[in-house]
Amino acid sequence: MLRYILKRCLYALITLWVIATITFGLMKILPGDPFNDPKLKPDVKATLIKQYGLDKSIPEQYALYMKNLMRGDLGTSLKFPGRSVTKMIQESFPKSFALGWRAMVIAVAFGLTFGIIAALNHQKVFDYFTIFIAIIGISVPSIVMGPILVYTFGVNLGWLPVTVDGTQISYLLPSLTLALGSVAFISRLMRTTTLEVLNQDYIVTAKSKGITKRKIVWSHVIRNAIMPVVTVLGPLFAALITGSIVIEKIFAVAGLGEYFVSTIFLKDYPMIMGITIFYAALIIASILMIDIIYGFIDPKLRVTGRRGR
Amino acid sequence: MRERILAVNKLQVSFNTYAGEVQAVRDVTFDLYKGETLAIVGESGCGKSVTAKSLMRLNPEPPAVIKGGEIIFENRDITNLKEKEMQRIRGSQISMIFQDPMTSLNPTMTVGRQITEGLKKHQKLTEVEAQKVAIQMLKLVQIPNAESRFKEYPHQFSGGMRQRVMIAMALVCNPKILIADEPTTALDVTIQAQILELMKELQNKIDTSIILITHDLGVVAHIAERIVVMYGGKVVEKGRSEDIFYRSKHPYTWGLLKSVPRLDIKRNAGRLSSIEGTPPDLLAPPPGCPFADRCQYAMKICRIEMPPMFEIYQLHGAACWINHPQAPTKVKEEV
Repeated sequence: MLRYILKRCLYALITLWVIATITFGLMKILPGDPFNDPKLKPDVKATLIKQYGLDKSIPEQYALYMKNLMRGDLGTSLKFPGRSVTKMIQESFPKSFALGWRAMVIAVAFGLTFGIIAALNHQKVFDYFTIFIAIIGISVPSIVMGPILVYTFGVNLGWLPVTVDGTQISYLLPSLTLALGSVAFISRLMRTTTLEVLNQDYIVTAKSKGITKRKIVWSHVIRNAIMPVVTVLGPLFAALITGSIVIEKIFAVAGLGEYFVSTIFLKDYPMIMGITIFYAALIIASILMIDIIYGFIDPKLRVTGRRGR
Repeated sequence: MRERILAVNKLQVSFNTYAGEVQAVRDVTFDLYKGETLAIVGESGCGKSVTAKSLMRLNPEPPAVIKGGEIIFENRDITNLKEKEMQRIRGSQISMIFQDPMTSLNPTMTVGRQITEGLKKHQKLTEVEAQKVAIQMLKLVQIPNAESRFKEYPHQFSGGMRQRVMIAMALVCNPKILIADEPTTALDVTIQAQILELMKELQNKIDTSIILITHDLGVVAHIAERIVVMYGGKVVEKGRSEDIFYRSKHPYTWGLLKSVPRLDIKRNAGRLSSIEGTPPDLLAPPPGCPFADRCQYAMKICRIEMPPMFEIYQLHGAACWINHPQAPTKVKEEV
């Protein structure tokens, strides 16, 4: 198992390097440069370009960046002079994370429950209700859902605070908004896999042993149905904790989400690279985590892991 | 005569589908005696599996509906028992093994737990007691290293071994009836013989009756004492094995027997024979004999009226008009 994990870590590093290289390439293909403000005097611009090493050839820039990256240095922002990329991520990520993990808990808890109950009531009222909710959750974007929730629960009913002030309750509305799409996604997936498992031969076998329906669901259905769902939880988790620009704008959270969009427009090269690498690392780490968890719930993998030395 | 343990009387099972009502089982009647092996044979779609599953009410209801008839087991009619009462019968009184051992075991549960599950439910054993009984059972079905195999998962077993596990699972509560739904179809031939042998052996040990569902007459010859032949949702002939194999009185059974490859018949007998045509559409079954369209002896009456079960001799009966006293003698002679 340890050997398996080490091997996976090595692959993760290689993936990360490939992603960094591709991003670097794409970034350089983008037309324009960070200092295309028409008011900027040519000599000042030249100085700036020289200062940030942008006058060197692209392979040289790449080599320099990789060298710094190896030391864990993501460089300094071009638009916020003097602030290192690492520092900016350190400041904004915890705010996105605080929303993200709560959204994840909501998404998994409600998604799984809805999915299972819907499948058990196949083609009955609750099933159609879940499909309805799922369609809304998937097709209504958070930019619409957010204001509706804020208006209903925050303004009209006055039950929930509409901005995050650090209290537990204040996280509820934004994380709920963030989670809605994922609740829909997970419940739809869980419903499908549960229905599939319910049609398997081994469920008839279990029934033929005289076991109650409730017990069949708990000990035979859920564990088999949850496996395909677990595989998507990794990327989903990474996406949720890195924040969303829409939700962070609506609820006034100074999170990471905004940078994903703004840095591209500003051509803030070190920030683009830094954020992409950070996001990639998160995704890779969560996939790795899921793979390890998967090894525990799927007995087939457990054995290959042990014998595959 | 031996004690009768199960009586199926004019059983009718239908499936309500979008296309209409599929009458899968129509007026099926047969008895099962204590300790015997009864085979239900017939081609795919003849209703044999549906009949078997009805005995445990394992057909999904809906779409399946028991439209009529009764299944008498221990003085109770199973067809109108509540789900809770059915659960007490399933696995403890009547149990079942299925066709495909590769898909019939839960891949994420240890084999041991899948066996003890039923024990704990029906015999109220503790975990430790149930484990002991289950390991004993694994030994009985000749699984080597039963103690360590107990903790393993189905994918660590071969097809034949899995079917042994299924048998262990089905017999662990000493049921009165074991229904085996094509237990050897998915296995290769050498394993088939072993599994049948094992079933026979265990039957003697725990004195259970076996209902064997199959389309393989070779399997039947090996193990069954009595045979029910089904076609188009109906029982067309029933009798002791010798009656069916040597004194059959139904053209469908003749067709079945002729389609079995045999080593003891002369080498250059030509192609293996098959029954021409296709079985009837059970959405709109014909009013007469379901086999009439494919039968070379069919008479006018065959298409108009379903023949009753003519009693030939003791337990032997055949639902074919050629057994009627007024049937043309020509056919009788040919037989």
